[in-house]
Amino acid sequence: MAKKVEVRIKRQKDNQAEPYWEEFHVDYQPNMNVITLLQEIQRNPVTVQGEKTTPVAWDCSCLEEICGACTMVINGQVQQSCSALVDNLEQPIVLEPMRKFPIVRDLLVDRTRMFEALKKVKAWIPIDGTYDLGAGPKQSQTNQQEMYLYSRCMTCGCCVDACPQYTPDNSFVGPAALGQVFLFNQNPTGKFNKEERLAAIMGDGGIQECGNAQNCVRVCPKEIPLTTGIAKLNGATLSQALKNLLKK
Amino acid sequence: MAKPKFLVVGGGLAGLMTVIKLAEEGHHVDVFSVVPVKRSHSVCAQGGINGAVNTKGEGDSPDIHFYDTVKGGDFLAHQAFCKDMCYKAPAVIYLMDRMGVTFNRTPEGLLDFRRFGGTLYNRTAFAGATTGQQLLYALDEQVRRYEAAGLVKKYENLEYLGMVKDEQGQCRGIVTVNLDSLEIQSFRGDAVVLATGGPGLVFGRSTNSMINTGSAASSAYQQGVKYANGEFVQIHPTAIPGYDKLRLMSESARGEGGRIWVPKKKGDERELRQIPEEDRWYFLEEKYPRFGNLVPRDIAAQEIYDVCVNKGMGIGGGHMVCLDLTHIPREELNRKLGGIMEIYEKFVGDDPRDIPMKIFPAVHYSMGGLWVDYEKTPDGLLDPQSPRNHMTNIPGLYAVGEVDYQYHGANRLGANSLLSCLTGGLVCGPAMAEYAAGMNGSAEDSSSRLFEEEEKKWQERFEALKDMKGDENPFKLHQELGEMMIRNCTIVRNNKDLQETVDALDDFTARWKNCDSLDAGKARNQSVLFINHLWNMIELAKVVAKGALMRDECRGSHLKPDFKLEQPKDQESPEYQEYLKTWHEQNDKWLKTTIAEWSEKGPQISYEPVDTSLIEPVPRRYD
Ligand SMILES: Cc1cc2nc3c(=O)[nH]c(=O)nc-3n(C[C@H](O)[C@H](O)[C@H](O)COP(=O)(O)OP(=O)(O)OC[C@H]3O[C@@H](n4cnc5c(N)ncnc54)[C@H](O)[C@@H]3O)c2cc1C
Ligand code: SF4
Ligand code: SF4
Repeated sequence: MAKKVEVRIKRQKDNQAEPYWEEFHVDYQPNMNVITLLQEIQRNPVTVQGEKTTPVAWDCSCLEEICGACTMVINGQVQQSCSALVDNLEQPIVLEPMRKFPIVRDLLVDRTRMFEALKKVKAWIPIDGTYDLGAGPKQSQTNQQEMYLYSRCMTCGCCVDACPQYTPDNSFVGPAALGQVFLFNQNPTGKFNKEERLAAIMGDGGIQECGNAQNCVRVCPKEIPLTTGIAKLNGATLSQALKNLLKK
Repeated sequence: MAKPKFLVVGGGLAGLMTVIKLAEEGHHVDVFSVVPVKRSHSVCAQGGINGAVNTKGEGDSPDIHFYDTVKGGDFLAHQAFCKDMCYKAPAVIYLMDRMGVTFNRTPEGLLDFRRFGGTLYNRTAFAGATTGQQLLYALDEQVRRYEAAGLVKKYENLEYLGMVKDEQGQCRGIVTVNLDSLEIQSFRGDAVVLATGGPGLVFGRSTNSMINTGSAASSAYQQGVKYANGEFVQIHPTAIPGYDKLRLMSESARGEGGRIWVPKKKGDERELRQIPEEDRWYFLEEKYPRFGNLVPRDIAAQEIYDVCVNKGMGIGGGHMVCLDLTHIPREELNRKLGGIMEIYEKFVGDDPRDIPMKIFPAVHYSMGGLWVDYEKTPDGLLDPQSPRNHMTNIPGLYAVGEVDYQYHGANRLGANSLLSCLTGGLVCGPAMAEYAAGMNGSAEDSSSRLFEEEEKKWQERFEALKDMKGDENPFKLHQELGEMMIRNCTIVRNNKDLQETVDALDDFTARWKNCDSLDAGKARNQSVLFINHLWNMIELAKVVAKGALMRDECRGSHLKPDFKLEQPKDQESPEYQEYLKTWHEQNDKWLKTTIAEWSEKGPQISYEPVDTSLIEPVPRRYD
């Protein structure tokens, strides 16, 4: 008989419903990932008890850990389900939705709050227009390499899921958005609007919410040095606060 | 007249660039997407974006880029579009740089460029090996800025189902379904664009994202939009096989010096690293000394197929060849190719900096797509004033990005797609604005009956889908569809298998009607949404298969050995003259755009001439 993979999934019919658990046995294939498990369940939605059920709802798109969609909590660890290989996971493999966001259904959550945070911190460069205005500013390789670390943030939500200070009912913008403030304040043109972004993280829900727990940096799949960025921003907001004080 | 309203369906590079062009002029735009636009498939693009900025003293120019592109596409591309794209390329790269894209730099701080396939110039700007992600994020940020300013409204969980046409056949709006609740809702728009990306999922597994079902394009086709060159599907030579998807190993790996080889001895069982240089067969470098590993994708994929399938020379006798980067310093690999190094490491478990990668071709990109119109200037560029640019045959409905068809002919060159998406958006936005300014009566004034009727039609359709209680599991049926399409409609094609596929697709339609909805709920009912996609995928598969069946020649990605003309090596020989004569006859017959129009009985195929007024077609050579 083919080797089976045991999976336990925390399910929830909709935003209001009570959660419940279902178990599945899926045929093992070498090198398979959690996405393949969920796809096999779609093709044969029958529980261990032999009961027909509905396919599990989850979010995914690129399947190569670059779109950020397929984040979930796997064996207690928040991560992308595409890069979670079955061979590396203890069984039964336990799948749960992320813990800080409203649940839409099963493993699928609504991460709108993270995108709203990007709006709040003004994570963009205010260019003059799309017309042909020639080349951008020169940049050193060192600066490009440092910015590149932060520009790979895919808004996957692992960091905020792991952060003790980010709760479903507070207004903390979270480590990902702070990382973006650092990125844009580092950009040679982005720098011009540095103060605006610092102001956005100095109020409620801003950088002072961070308790320096360092959880975020440990779970970030893109290994973004979030706490380094946050520490430098802390310095910047302090001197900004001082400047504001002196201006008064 | 009321202010015009614009609807942009799709928030990949092409869609977002269109939005920015409209919003920049003060227009209000609604954007629709099946994922937060930041997660659109464009994030997957790895290698880079082309533009003849000529920073390496090579004498590169937009004209050479234009020639490489047209030749790469085996002369099937529309030259005005191509020329316009190549001429706009340097400025587009600068624009993206100004938006903050973290492009790699030279020691002096300028943009760095690397080699890509089908050219001999360093023409590809890149941000590590995650260029698409970086470009998409930059546009996403600009759009968020317009969103904060109140000009753009995003609907990132509404899926386009179909358009709303008025009595005159003009597009007046769209119908959408809410992914969370299955609620059907229509929107009015004076000009609508589909920027919904490619249809990779028609082939089951491909290098594409799971949202690339081609469903929106298929629906438009079923509502009367012409679908062009559907049979031209790019097979990328280098991907990692996988159960859930075939992950790409970008052409940039070869652009940075990666080499393709197999052991010289059939079935050599030694570990790859133990095989010495003299026992390795670098078959691309041998056959194509000028372009080597950087021949265009159609050729590289066909050669790898030949080595593995016809000659049985794949690694361990299987369908795999080496893509070897182990001779390049680790630091350089990390800096220029980090993104794909990680993908290989995470998904295969080997470190490609130490061990040659094992790869095989996979379905990657659709050169074909929705037919669109244009007007050109006397210099052969697109006329910037024309509302016809990028407009489909339905007035008011536009198409841009991978979903359109005219830039890449029979084979796209690497790093030209991100470019055509961006330059396409730069053209499409203003064309839509022109159209809306010149139209008689606005969408706001058209009768609400039109919208109510379309909504009702879709509501009934979704109710019926939910009630399906047959024996076919839609996800399994899709798997079968993909397997058949990969078997018969990819690198090597023949009329017997294609005819079988065309016939089998009618059975698929019949079997689709016997699907089980698996789920009768309303909240995020992914099964029912998928059954709707599956119908659309089967209809598109018919376009691909029928177009391929009818095209009796070899051109770019479309290889039919029964119709292949062997090119004699010696151009001075009498055999070559003989060959040229037959080549011209074949070319005169087939240098045409395939047009598919939907009918109940299957796609109706006709052909349209291609404008080749700037570059004259010749037999392609890369050796
Ligand atoms: C792995 C990979 C690597 C690549 N690398 C490169 C590269 O290095 N260089 C290069 O030039 N090209 C590359 N390409 C090709 C290039 O990435 C794509 O062709 C391009 O990004 C397509 O962009 P787009 O804007 O047309 O569509 P997409 O980015 O696919 O966006 C489509 C949008 O439409 C939305 N959508 C789809 N259907 C609907 C619907 N029914 N209703 C509402 N919204 C809908 C989606 O949500 C999405 O927002 C690569 C492709 C792949 C697969
Ligand atoms: S360092 Fe700050 S942001 Fe990161 S997990 Fe800790 S509290 Fe959260
Ligand atoms: S910072 Fe890292 S963990 Fe947080 S959202 Fe970005 S990529 Fe994900």
